[in-house]
Amino acid sequence: MKHVTTKRLPPIPAVCLLPVQPLLKRIVKRIILDHPTIFDRLGPYKQCSYVIDAGRLPFLLLLRPDPLNPRLRALTRGPAHPCDARITGSCAQLARMADGCGDGDALFFSRDIHITGNLDAVVCLRNAIDDLDGSIMDSIWGMLRGPGKLLGQPARRRYHRRAATWA
Amino acid sequence: MLRAAVDAGADAVYCGFQNATNARNFTGLNFTSEELHSSVAYAHAHGAKVLLALNSFASAGRFPLWKEAADCGARIGVDAFIVADIGVAACIAHHHPHCRLHLSVQAGASSPEAINFYCCEFGIRRAVLPRILTIPEIRQLKAEIPCEIETFVFGNHGLMVEGRCSLTNYAVGISTNMDGACSPPSKVRYDRDSAGAVIASLGSHVIDRFAPDEQAGYPTICKGRYCTAARPEPFYAFEEPISLNLMEMLPALAAVGVDALKIEGRQRSRAYVGNVVGGFRKAIDAVAAGRAPDLIDLLALTEGQKQTQGAFMTKKWR
Repeated sequence: MKHVTTKRLPPIPAVCLLPVQPLLKRIVKRIILDHPTIFDRLGPYKQCSYVIDAGRLPFLLLLRPDPLNPRLRALTRGPAHPCDARITGSCAQLARMADGCGDGDALFFSRDIHITGNLDAVVCLRNAIDDLDGSIMDSIWGMLRGPGKLLGQPARRRYHRRAATWA
Repeated sequence: MLRAAVDAGADAVYCGFQNATNARNFTGLNFTSEELHSSVAYAHAHGAKVLLALNSFASAGRFPLWKEAADCGARIGVDAFIVADIGVAACIAHHHPHCRLHLSVQAGASSPEAINFYCCEFGIRRAVLPRILTIPEIRQLKAEIPCEIETFVFGNHGLMVEGRCSLTNYAVGISTNMDGACSPPSKVRYDRDSAGAVIASLGSHVIDRFAPDEQAGYPTICKGRYCTAARPEPFYAFEEPISLNLMEMLPALAAVGVDALKIEGRQRSRAYVGNVVGGFRKAIDAVAAGRAPDLIDLLALTEGQKQTQGAFMTKKWR
């Protein structure tokens, strides 16, 4: 993994993550609603737990892509959380991959992402996401309402401008 | 992914089923028969062809899997089958004589004698050439065979004798050629040491150690660095992590009669497929119009962020 010069936000205690959990639950449900076949390709890995360490975020994400009971939860940094695979990279790079704008192999070659644990499960998840038509980030943007939507528009435009230039 | 290639301007797209009948048998990849049906419809609606890869070798007792795949592909209306195994080739030639047959690089046919045999026996219409021939050798070969030729232009450097490589089989007991998986991810492990280096292993074999800021490569034995008694410092014993990129050589390939250009992409992302196919589409159109190709920078998508023209330019590439 490349040495990242940007500072990570300080870790958040578990109690402070409580308000985040319902939001993450809504996000994963929305993604499945917009992309109902997203986890069809996961085969034996639908029950796997993936820990996603997105660079500057003050918490980790736990994804369990079970189509019947999908879970996306925030975890505190610090203790080692048991998981089948761990994917580490910057928020921007992981968003690129999730959206099909970034090439996982190229990010791996350049050491911008790092993977430990069950590599087959990670490759399978990557293949499932790459098979999607449409944008996961657009699904998340689409959840914003009222002032949040208004405030989020500049960030959305900036994301799409940058995404258009990503290889 | 097939749609990404079609939308980016590919004239034809390779695909395979979710089993050992093709040489990219990886979890989460490839097509069910229903997906293939809708994808063929999409490709045909956009003027593109679909070529079904049945290019692994059918081992004893498992032949029905390849026959069923061929029957399904014929029913769906794929535009050609790409094969390597003489049994699979004979089966398709006999049961589906109206279908085009292409010879996979997995057949390792690099001589006029070998390619003529496949043409004569099975009616092969196109041969994908191994990446070990120079441009003059391709010109000479083309003059001595009755079929179209296809060459790789981007992706794996691919200098191993394809269809014969048993390194994965040796390391983990899974055959690249019969099970369709080179370095299956289920057998690959990455571990970080205390110095921040990443150690890549295939089965019980350590195949490389990447320093913290060093470019990484695919976890295949042929791209690993090893220490031996004669050379105690780690060195690339087979190949180096580097990608083939022949964009600059498109005019030369066209001049020697290459009929189709192949880009590796069945294991890569939508971003990779869109950028590489789109870049080559523009370059090919420029060459066809008699202009110099616009060379786009694809270095970020290459293995180890290094690229080469390999044996196409010279056999002294290292």
